[in-house]
Amino acid sequence: MNAVLETPQASTVTTPVSYLLHLADNAVVLGQRNAEWCGHGPILEEDLALANMGLDLIGQARLLYSQAADQLGNGATEDSLAYFRDVPDFRNFTLLELPHHSPLVGYAHSNLDYATTTVRNFLYSAYMVPLWSQLQHAADPGLASIAAKSLKEASYHLRHSRDWLVRLGDGTAESHDRAQAALAHLMPYTQEYWTFTALEKEAADAGVAIDGTQLAADWNALVEDALSEATLHRPAPGGYVTQGKLGHHSEHLGFLLAEMQSLARAHPGAAW
Amino acid sequence: MTAQTATAAPALKEWPLWEVFVRSKQGLEHKHCGSLHAADAAQALNMARDVYTRRQEGVSIWVVPSKAITASNPDDKGTLFDPAADKVYRHPTFYDIPEEVGHM
Repeated sequence: MNAVLETPQASTVTTPVSYLLHLADNAVVLGQRNAEWCGHGPILEEDLALANMGLDLIGQARLLYSQAADQLGNGATEDSLAYFRDVPDFRNFTLLELPHHSPLVGYAHSNLDYATTTVRNFLYSAYMVPLWSQLQHAADPGLASIAAKSLKEASYHLRHSRDWLVRLGDGTAESHDRAQAALAHLMPYTQEYWTFTALEKEAADAGVAIDGTQLAADWNALVEDALSEATLHRPAPGGYVTQGKLGHHSEHLGFLLAEMQSLARAHPGAAW
Repeated sequence: MTAQTATAAPALKEWPLWEVFVRSKQGLEHKHCGSLHAADAAQALNMARDVYTRRQEGVSIWVVPSKAITASNPDDKGTLFDPAADKVYRHPTFYDIPEEVGHM
């Protein structure tokens, strides 16, 4: 009705630090996880691809941490946020900190299950592509420009993981079974995407508008389309709803952070 | 089991080889930069992107099945190439090119 009232007050909106950290922690934790494949990829080309995508995510995390550090002031830097916060401070989705295998695959076989990696990367990039698409129009110009850059990277991650999801699902009997098992293991963790918590409320109150209904519709369309092409069936909804984004994590994040942070903590302030 | 496996394409033990050509700038030609193994053309393109364009090398990629390339036999090197060796007059080095022409 009134165009003036509907125009967001650009440049006055500041994304809450908690939401920036949520986006940054998502990226850094999954980037660190995918980097575990470095030197262990099923084929050389995938080894390079996963390292590439891990670096894309770490690059996104750097931009988001830098913006959060600027807003925090008081000596905070991208490094202090990535390397000197502990498990309860991390706001990433629990999905992203899980190891590259379901509990039933087990260490006896391999602690790196490519189906698990593929399904997780797909479920996450199918969420980030529509989210970055919305955030590139965010009223916070800093966040909008990070989103525009990240959207291109996430779109490639989606293309890559979707391609492999279809190849595994519609491949051999073993690859199909492993993709289906990974889906059964990981799908319940995506419920965390849709809970409206203090995190989203704070972002919404600050003026970072995210259309959750549209986001869920876009994600569902991407998932349904890919699963049907991959001849995989979608597990029935349900199960425990994780709360990693509120700082309540699984036992796996501590080990991941220990590996990621130990060097920076052993040599604080080191430069190379 | 019998009817289906009989008609299905035989499983590949090894993925076929692809040659990768990358165009580094608009207007330049695609240049051969290496090869890789991939199950099909779409996958070969994705992999070529990850293996050969990580450092902003390209604006366009071609992939070609290596088996589609007919190559000359190295043993024919003498017959094919040696006759050109003593015909220096085929090199355009006997002309004075005016400086204004610039690079040719």
